[in-house]
Amino acid sequence: MNNTQSIHIPKSESRLHMARRGAAAGFPIVLGYLPVALTYGVLAGQSGMSISELTLMSVLVFAGAAQFLAVSMISAGAGAIEIIIAAFVLNFRHFVMSLSFMNRLKEITFRAKLPMSLGLTDETFTMSSLHKKEAKEKYGAYFYASLILTAYLSWVGGSFVGGALGDVIPSRLSESMGVALYAMFIGLLIPSVKKHHRIVFIALIAMTVNFILQAWGMSEGWSIVAGTLLGGLSGVWILDDEGEDI
Amino acid sequence: MIIWAIIGMAVVTAVPRILPAFIVDYVHFPKWVDRWLNAIPYAALGALIFPGILSVKPEAPQIGVIAGMVGILLAWLNLNIIIVIIGAIASVFLMTF
Repeated sequence: MNNTQSIHIPKSESRLHMARRGAAAGFPIVLGYLPVALTYGVLAGQSGMSISELTLMSVLVFAGAAQFLAVSMISAGAGAIEIIIAAFVLNFRHFVMSLSFMNRLKEITFRAKLPMSLGLTDETFTMSSLHKKEAKEKYGAYFYASLILTAYLSWVGGSFVGGALGDVIPSRLSESMGVALYAMFIGLLIPSVKKHHRIVFIALIAMTVNFILQAWGMSEGWSIVAGTLLGGLSGVWILDDEGEDI
Repeated sequence: MIIWAIIGMAVVTAVPRILPAFIVDYVHFPKWVDRWLNAIPYAALGALIFPGILSVKPEAPQIGVIAGMVGILLAWLNLNIIIVIIGAIASVFLMTF
């Protein structure tokens, strides 16, 4: 019913249009998430979690790396407090990312920003951030909300299927698909670097800091936070004030 | 026990994600902080790619590096990001024969 109405009302048609564009922009994330979510479901099932528990974790936490860590800690018999602290350390980087994303969405209402912030992951953040112009378009919130929801549903659905059916993808293919999210990050970074070559320095500083700190024994979580903050700090001198079209 | 771990994880993950939505509504950042925040996506991409990509095949880190170079090449040719992803997956698949 709503769909037939929207054809006659241009206002909601452009809402629907923005939501469709958001889902299309989120599709590469689905491709990256599905094999990872299936693997998570399988491993979580093997660790002794029930299907409802492992799906609930995806629904409430929505953070791949932390969920894998939790599964391996549950298998190793770790306590809840240890698992929660580890998740905090690993996910604190989302604070930095959310601050960057929310600061960009100045034209979007607080009411819309709040639920979107909950769906922020490495993938939804980087994909959304590199789709900048939609933030200034009418109904931009529908674009980002739809992008995030597409990613979220594939994560939750993939976790459930992995837990319920076990390995549905041949193991060699699913192992190969482990590179998908890295390839997606590369596919997001390169067009910006081609446009403004100096952006590569921001990324290289972040990589180097992250690599050195992990080699010195700092946890992956804090190393990524430090790399992201220091790499980003170089942007103070590297980026223009307008920044929008970069 | 597991249910409390899940709820605790959900809280410590959600709070850092939500807090900035409140902060940006009440704090006005100077220009240089705006530039810092605008550079965060590129820095995050860098930190997320390396050294993590080395662990695509932990026993053979060169496979991740080569697949990453395939991805860079395909992206440099302005191909759609789906092609970049599929190309990198295919290169890992072929290298693990």
